[in-house]
Amino acid sequence: MHVHIDKDLVAASATPLVLGILAEGESYGYAIVKRVNELSGGQMQWTDGMLYPLLHRLERNGYVQASWRTSDAGRRRKHYAITETGLEALAERQEQWSVVADALKQVWRAASHPPVLGSAAAGGTA
Amino acid sequence: MSDAVRGGVLEDQIDQWRGFVRRRRAISPSDVEEMEDHLREQIADLGANGLDDEEAFLVAVKRMGNLGEVSREFAREHSHRLWKQLVLVPEAEDDAGGLSRWRELGVVLACALGAGLAVKLLFTSVDGEIAQIRNLAFVVLPFLAGWFAWKRRVTWRACAAVAAVAAVPALAVNLYPFETTPGPLPSPGMTAVLAFTHAPVLLWLLAGVLHTGGNWRSHERRMDFVRFVGELVMYLALIMLGSMVLVGLTFAVLALVDVDLEPFFEDWLLPFGVPGALLVAAWLVEAKKSVVENIAPVLTRVFTPLAVLMLAADLVALLVNGPLTTVDRGLLILMDAVLVLVLFLLLYSVSARDPMAPAGVFDWLQLALVGAALAVDAVALTAMLARIAEFGFTANKTAALGLNLVLLVHLVWSAWLMAGFVRGVRPFAAIERWQTAYLPVYAVWAGLVVLVFPPLFDFA
Repeated sequence: MHVHIDKDLVAASATPLVLGILAEGESYGYAIVKRVNELSGGQMQWTDGMLYPLLHRLERNGYVQASWRTSDAGRRRKHYAITETGLEALAERQEQWSVVADALKQVWRAASHPPVLGSAAAGGTA
Repeated sequence: MSDAVRGGVLEDQIDQWRGFVRRRRAISPSDVEEMEDHLREQIADLGANGLDDEEAFLVAVKRMGNLGEVSREFAREHSHRLWKQLVLVPEAEDDAGGLSRWRELGVVLACALGAGLAVKLLFTSVDGEIAQIRNLAFVVLPFLAGWFAWKRRVTWRACAAVAAVAAVPALAVNLYPFETTPGPLPSPGMTAVLAFTHAPVLLWLLAGVLHTGGNWRSHERRMDFVRFVGELVMYLALIMLGSMVLVGLTFAVLALVDVDLEPFFEDWLLPFGVPGALLVAAWLVEAKKSVVENIAPVLTRVFTPLAVLMLAADLVALLVNGPLTTVDRGLLILMDAVLVLVLFLLLYSVSARDPMAPAGVFDWLQLALVGAALAVDAVALTAMLARIAEFGFTANKTAALGLNLVLLVHLVWSAWLMAGFVRGVRPFAAIERWQTAYLPVYAVWAGLVVLVFPPLFDFA
């Protein structure tokens, strides 16, 4: 089953995802997209083109470092590696996301046993 | 279909896609390269999963996303790319040496320095303020013209011809037996002042011949020179403004320790700075040519409606409050100035207009502008003609009246052509061509005032 993921959620999660993938080791655009697909079981479909402005933003902020290499096919390819600052930013994002995920988890748990509206009042009069 | 042909089709499609992406200014060539690598990887992977080239290409392009949105995202990250940036010294090419790309700048700076030295030499070796002033253009403009000649690779013969023609007014202003006004403080007479002021105009148009690369008959090249002059004036004004701020601050700071900058300013900064600014501005204009929007046409867009309002108000005021009280040379010069202003507004909007575009509101506005200017001039001239006989023709009055007629012919015929254009019976190219065709008339007129007026009016 394919779950449609809201655009804002994709945008918000893109930075930690990319930084996390780069923390596993140096990579390049297409490989990052493939890895995102793998990690989400094919459920997260990115607009591939949007990855590059994001990578450039991370590069400008000093989170990643880019270098041009040559691929096996002989094409020039831009590789990205995470920096110290990037690792710090990743740790910070991780904290933020675990707080959000924690809160959400509790909300889901509560939502799966919803209190029935008016049940307490009904019990009072019985 | 063979593999080779299929591969060729795919390459064509990728080429086409690359062409589309490249047109987006926010996406730089290296970004395109990065995205193309992505596209090719995607196509290869999809191909391995059983899709044929065409399907794989379509899917890969679709996954890349809407080009407009992606480009907007790039623009948000690299907003500076939307501002055209001037590259003054070209990036080092793999095959070009490091020095050659600095050559142009070197030549410009050498010309600027040469012009400065020439001015300094003029001020130290030639006695008399008037002799210095009348020769100023003759020592500065050759360096600008020389730079044009170098840049356009003008033949020696063309250079020699231009230099020979330029020598004639140079000899005239220096050798004509101009009379000076009698009195305790002798100042140059009418014909002398006229010759000194018209010679630079003539010289400037001659420099224009070298700007066209010697191909001065070409109307396109002439229009290029017109555009160049407009931008040059803008850049020069900006450079002067910046220099004034800089010099003012230096004066103020040095005054704190009682150092007087004035002698240095007059002896060195002005003689080298002003010609230097001219050369550097010329170089900037040439370098930016295709990169940055021309400023002069933008200003004409702003000022044309305002000028129409101004002239309409003038016309009403002249007609209601007439007859004119002072009818003299001053009035003629004023009218010349009005016509020159209108002419520049016309010339610079023509220089930037797409000749293929149909007539629009702005063309009507321009016709109104020229019409209003002609009407104002007609009122002034009729008031003048009635009384010009009693005053007689002095050199000044003849020069002012002559220039007025030269401008009048230019504008009347422009108005006629524009009326034809807005009614749809004549192409815009006719207007454009008339502007450039008429330019030499100004050179001829300036030549007349420099060479023929002094003997005609007894060097008075």
